[in-house]
Amino acid sequence: MKTIYKRPEVFTDVNTSYCGGCGHGIVNKLIAELIDEMELREKGILVWPIGCSVYADKYYKMDAICALHGRAPALATGIKRSLPDKFVMVYQGDGDMVSEGMAEIMHAAVRAENFSVIFINNAIYGMTGGQMAPTTLLGQVTSTSPYGRAVASSGYPVNMAEIMANMPGVCYSERVTVNTPQRITATKKALKKAFELQFENKGLSFVEVLSPCPTGWGKKPIDAMKMVDEQLIPIYPLGAFKSPEEVPAK
Amino acid sequence: MGEKVFLQGNVALAESAIRAGCKYFFGYPITPSSEVPEYYARKAQEEGLVFVQGETEVACFNMIAGTAATGKRVMTATAGPGFSLGQEAMSYMAAAGLPAVVVEVMRPGPADGEILASQGDYFQAVKGGGHGDYNTLVLAPCSVQEMCELIQDCFELAEKYRNPVILLSDALLAKMRENVELPGRKEQNCDLSWALTGCAGRKHNVMTTCGDGAAQWEKFNLDLQEKFAKIKANEERWENYQTEDADIILVAYGSMARVAMGAMKLAREAGLKVGLVRPISLWPFPVKAFEGLGDKTFLVTELSAGQMVEDVKLTVPHKENVYFYGRLGGFVPSPKEIFEQIKKLGVK
Ligand SMILES: Cc1ncc(C[n+]2csc(CCOP(=O)(O)OP(=O)(O)O)c2C)c(N)n1
Ligand code: SF4
Ligand SMILES: [Mg+2]
Repeated sequence: MKTIYKRPEVFTDVNTSYCGGCGHGIVNKLIAELIDEMELREKGILVWPIGCSVYADKYYKMDAICALHGRAPALATGIKRSLPDKFVMVYQGDGDMVSEGMAEIMHAAVRAENFSVIFINNAIYGMTGGQMAPTTLLGQVTSTSPYGRAVASSGYPVNMAEIMANMPGVCYSERVTVNTPQRITATKKALKKAFELQFENKGLSFVEVLSPCPTGWGKKPIDAMKMVDEQLIPIYPLGAFKSPEEVPAK
Repeated sequence: MGEKVFLQGNVALAESAIRAGCKYFFGYPITPSSEVPEYYARKAQEEGLVFVQGETEVACFNMIAGTAATGKRVMTATAGPGFSLGQEAMSYMAAAGLPAVVVEVMRPGPADGEILASQGDYFQAVKGGGHGDYNTLVLAPCSVQEMCELIQDCFELAEKYRNPVILLSDALLAKMRENVELPGRKEQNCDLSWALTGCAGRKHNVMTTCGDGAAQWEKFNLDLQEKFAKIKANEERWENYQTEDADIILVAYGSMARVAMGAMKLAREAGLKVGLVRPISLWPFPVKAFEGLGDKTFLVTELSAGQMVEDVKLTVPHKENVYFYGRLGGFVPSPKEIFEQIKKLGVK
């Protein structure tokens, strides 16, 4: 009999702490599949953020470290500069990256660091109980924008994939999502491309994933999937904003 | 031991760190520490070093944490305002057991303050400027020669205990030039089985920085405390000068120890029995240096409003016999000024 589906080898038997319908779990599994398929387990170091994925260092049989809130790109810089031939993956939420760690991600891009960054944009602070993030949509109700995010007090959502595409130090920037099976497949392709680029000395590779947070959004998982289509994609369009073919090696 | 050269403190320190096999440096320019990153930048190519000027000290301290996590010798150098920004990573490195070395060149605060000599960051370095129950080893040299030797010891101590170590310098030591005999090359020689290098042929390593319930996190903290107790028992360093027959004992470290030494000489010439305790390790504080000196009078002198004096009071049996004299804002008192203070105390 041919095996057509199995649990990725790299996974430990630790249960994840994610809620049902959460995008983190889907992306974590895609990462595990790629690590198996690309044989990266013994060649890599995973750098995790502070946020709902804080325990992910326990999910993979791989060398791993959880960074301080927002500092994963700086920590990863120290790791990758020491081990330039190893695979280094940085994983960050939107509060982690766009609020607490905006300087660190921007300057990792400025320096054209040769690592891959996976950015989980769920337009909210999941872990701390559903507060407003810089990526929260205008009018979106959160526990710190109880009347909906207003421009007058909180300004505008931040489009990271587009910003990163404008940085000369970034070789690849694409926005994907995981709310349909086809889009999950596309997300895996994007992650694979980002991982492969690490070894081409072209700089930072960046994948933004629009990720449902049913708990933080106060929605059933199915409605959270719909909200990605109806509310997030109009503000955060899917697609590649920079292709690696356009970028020469450093 | 090698050749004798006339070098500035910061430059001698950087060269000595390179000779200790520290090939990684991440830093952000700030007076009076900038000659250290400049030296690394200049030597990067010929010595095969990795030098990165980070965007902030927040980033640089997290970068050294990253390189330390891979088991390589790594360093940053900064001064008060930058050291403040680095504190989250100091706490982090203490938790994760990361052996990075931080050179902190004190200048007078608070805020951006001045760029002259100071010892106002003693509390921040010694008591742990970041959050949580942790300690960092702190070594304080008083000459360029000693700075060269201690910076090499910093790497060994960091690795021995898997803990960040601070070399506490100040603007005077950093900028002065002295004749030094540069130490020889010293390569890393320690167990690195814990490091993140990709888990080829071994079980994967995960560094602990986050808790998982009170029971686990209390145990983690108790283990840390056990390590700190071991450091306290083993790593006190000090030098005592003419303390046996002394009636009054000066206590001073770093640049101030040089001034105190001058004051002690003046006092001895005038027939006063004065000695000096010079702490070299500030954490652990050298409690043993005070053994047998219980009934003496102490004059603690610092370039601060009185910080180390608290540790002296905690150490000696009669804290009413501990006096303090300090200067602020960048002033360094002369030996004569300290001598005048000694005379004011009188001799029993
Ligand atoms: C310096 C610091 N500030 C604040 C926090 C509290 N905190 C933990 S996670 C988090 C937000 C996480 O949101 P995000 O990055 O979007 O991740 P998500 O949980 O949504 O995946 C905050 C504010 C912290 N741990 N450290
Ligand atoms: S709170 Fe949101 S982001 Fe966090 S695990 Fe639950 S669904 Fe996922
Ligand atoms: Mg989020």
